Amino acid sequence: MDQPNTDVIQGTLDLLILKTLSLQPLHGFGIARRIEQISRGTFKVNPGSLLTALQRLERAGWLDAAWRQTENARRARYYTLTRSGRRQLEAETADWTRRAAAVARLLEAEG
Amino acid sequence: MSLWRQIARGLRGLVDRSAPDRDVADEVAHYLAEAAAAHEAGGLSPEAARRAARLDLGGAVQVREAVRGSGWEAAVETFASDLRYAVRGLRRSPGFAAVAVLTLALGIGATTAIFSAVYPILLAPLPYPGADRLVMISDVGAGGAPLDVAYGTFRELAARSRTFDALAVTDAWQPALTGLAEPERITGQRVSAGYFRVLGVAPAAGRDFDAADDQPQGPKVAIVSDGLARRRFGGAAAVLGRTLLLDGTSYTVIGVMPPGFENVLTPAAEVWAPRQYRALAPFESAEWGHHMRMVARLRRGMSRDQAARDVAAVTRSPIPDFPRPPWAALKQGLGVHSLQHDVVRGARPVLLAVLGAVLLVLTIASVNVTSLLLARGARRRGEFALRVALGAPRRRLVRQLLTESLTLAALGGVVAMAVAFAGVRALVAVAPAELPRAAAIRLDAPVFVFALGVTALVGLAVGLVPAFGASRDDPQAEIQRGSRRAVGRHGSGRATLVVAEVALALVLLVGAGLLLRSLARLFAVAPGFDASHVLTMQVGAAGSGLARDSDRIQFYTQVLEAVRAVPGVTAAAFTNQLPLSGDFDGYGIVFASVPPGGANDYGSAMRYAVSPGYLETMRIPLRRGRLLNAGDVTGGPEAVLINESFARRVFRGRDPIGERVRAGPEIATPDRPWGVVVGVVGDVRQTSLALDAPDAFYVPASRWPWVDNVQSLVVRTSGDAASLAPAVRQVIWSVNRDQPITRVATMDALVARSAAQLRFALTVFEAFALAAVLLAALGIYGVLAGSVAERTREIGIREALGATGGSIVALVVRQGLALTGLGVVIGLAVAVVASRAIAALLFGVSPLDPVTYAGVITVLAAAAVAASGVPAWRAARVDPASTLRTE
Repeated sequence: MDQPNTDVIQGTLDLLILKTLSLQPLHGFGIARRIEQISRGTFKVNPGSLLTALQRLERAGWLDAAWRQTENARRARYYTLTRSGRRQLEAETADWTRRAAAVARLLEAEG
Repeated sequence: MSLWRQIARGLRGLVDRSAPDRDVADEVAHYLAEAAAAHEAGGLSPEAARRAARLDLGGAVQVREAVRGSGWEAAVETFASDLRYAVRGLRRSPGFAAVAVLTLALGIGATTAIFSAVYPILLAPLPYPGADRLVMISDVGAGGAPLDVAYGTFRELAARSRTFDALAVTDAWQPALTGLAEPERITGQRVSAGYFRVLGVAPAAGRDFDAADDQPQGPKVAIVSDGLARRRFGGAAAVLGRTLLLDGTSYTVIGVMPPGFENVLTPAAEVWAPRQYRALAPFESAEWGHHMRMVARLRRGMSRDQAARDVAAVTRSPIPDFPRPPWAALKQGLGVHSLQHDVVRGARPVLLAVLGAVLLVLTIASVNVTSLLLARGARRRGEFALRVALGAPRRRLVRQLLTESLTLAALGGVVAMAVAFAGVRALVAVAPAELPRAAAIRLDAPVFVFALGVTALVGLAVGLVPAFGASRDDPQAEIQRGSRRAVGRHGSGRATLVVAEVALALVLLVGAGLLLRSLARLFAVAPGFDASHVLTMQVGAAGSGLARDSDRIQFYTQVLEAVRAVPGVTAAAFTNQLPLSGDFDGYGIVFASVPPGGANDYGSAMRYAVSPGYLETMRIPLRRGRLLNAGDVTGGPEAVLINESFARRVFRGRDPIGERVRAGPEIATPDRPWGVVVGVVGDVRQTSLALDAPDAFYVPASRWPWVDNVQSLVVRTSGDAASLAPAVRQVIWSVNRDQPITRVATMDALVARSAAQLRFALTVFEAFALAAVLLAALGIYGVLAGSVAERTREIGIREALGATGGSIVALVVRQGLALTGLGVVIGLAVAVVASRAIAALLFGVSPLDPVTYAGVITVLAAAAVAASGVPAWRAARVDPASTLRTE
């Protein structure tokens, strides 16, 4: 039972999705795979959470969704980052950096 | 943008369920396909790859549900389906639904109706800008009771105080409006110039009074209400600038108040004119009588305490510029109260009592519906158990049941509006005439908000107990038990509720009983005169030809002669004030042999300026000496009668006959001749049956310093008093066509009206207590009927073993009486405390009156026996053979 924990850190799924989509439009499965690849397997995205999150982000106006043909000729729902999505990504990135730095400082603190 | 998108998507989802569903389903399917392809590329067989993909996804349906449930429309849909389910359930049991909805409608409707009166009178600020800055300033009379102020006091305070924006005084005025088709007596007010500025309301048309109007020889100007303008002149524009003939004097209308203007100091007032008193008046003049009400507006930022200190500083330091007579020396300072408090003071006890009563009714209604829901829940336990077993979360079950009770309450709330509408009309109809702000009692926005709040609260309250009770059940046990015999445990819950209902009903009954006994006691009070067969009416004497005192004496004498000639009239007389009519006219009185000591000896006694024959007509008994006679009208020293308790208090056993006496505004004038006490008569209750007879003196009207231009005619008749009114009115008009005749009433009606507030409280309590007893009886019936149905088998066995029908009936009735008994014991404890809340309304009865309590317990016991009757009869008819066979 010493499998490494591959859960996405709570509260960061939105950030990961937005970042991934800032590189290129993708469908749900593509997003999951890209996150897995870039994190070198550290994070495995739960499909249920992912699809719910996509729905929510689209509702919030940060993503646009459209049905398109994939390269292997399947119909898939592609997500694109909107302009307000980009702003949100910047805000969340800044926030994450600040908090991660704080955690790092705490962990490095001595005596 | 994103909010818009949220709403748009949600709405689209609600309108067309299938479109977003399809999207989600397709997306999930695509995800599965890609995942399977990836697994296959990783070397799995197609079959294994698909299974692995599905495992990753963790159940396509759950994902779809999770995605779908994430929007706000999902909550709406859950609610909608709960609602549909609730409505369907109610339609399946229309009897239950009707009883529950009607019960709630009565409770909520009655509460709303009462609140519609409580809100404007006790809670809402008075209808003036900055109403919290309005105060009433009163003099302090004997024993600390508030007393009207003298005009001189107002002048001094207006000049010397520093905490007010404006001050004003007003006194009553009931001028005859003549010169139009029909003479009419209207209610008005004489006011100082700043009256409307104090209230913060300006005329809608024309102008307000200014200082130049309020001078002793100032212009005769008047402001009228919008109501009077419409009623008699066809609108504000038509009356502005017109001349009105008021008491025979011409007044120019300079202003019309706005349509919604509410004049809380004198709600009936339709005309206002400047008081036009002298700034510096001799002490014996009218200006120094205690007859004016003073209102003031605090300066912004000033508290009432600051104002009270300011006023106290003025009263403690008299200065030569403002001399004070001994009776207005302000030795005890002046009282500063909020106007709101002053206006509603009289109505507060009765309104609070009625509000308390209606909340009890609402509670009983809610308890009743809770009990109904519990019974219904007990029948539906199998259904709930099944739903839990099938995976419905308990939270969902609670929500479902609360939706049901809220639906019931909402339906009840809708019907309640009809109840409230009727209730408000009934309330205004039975409300005592002196209820302040009665015109503001209506169903308006705040009242609707209140009704909505009460409905929601009641919906939650009645649903909570059954909902949590049902969700706690163990599904397995319930399903095994089957639904029919599962009533027992919940029966005890309902029994508890019935005990509560009986207790609450008892509290209401005690209130009604105490009020009933008070009313009986009040009417047993002898008013001091014989009220039967007496017709009364006010007759004015104003206008051209009646300007001098002698003219008016002649007019009233002629009227008396004409009235005495009417067939059926046995006696008739005039008086300036009539007992129990609301009249209140007091003047100072001094006796030569009793040295005046301290300000209180100037305190007033009721003045009755009467025509000889008044005491005989009213049958006020003579105790000593003689009554007034024709000889007293013109010649000799002024003859004065005093009442017996006054004589006892002042002369302490000495014979007052022959004592020299002076009464009226000129008692301080040294050269005024003394009158003589010629008789002592019985006490008469003047203001209310509940208040002891005040000190009083009677003088011939012709000997008073002036002849009142409004007097009350009292007519003793041999037959029905009311039926003589038209004939009497006709003969008065035959003497003078232009004199208004008002306040036509029999003395009996006036006596009844003096108990109007008590009667109002009693009417409301009786209605509510009746509803409470019916509801409690219904509750007892429900529990017993349920218990008999549940115990059919036991009863069958008892009968098979030889129990008689009588013993079975006794068994059931005993159960009903046990519930009632417990409720009575608890209710008694509550009533002992709660009845103190209506102590202020009671008369001659202790809040712990044993007769009332005994009566109430009897009533409840009778109701319990009656409610037990049907179930008991049904139990006695149980056929043991068939019962046992069905088992």
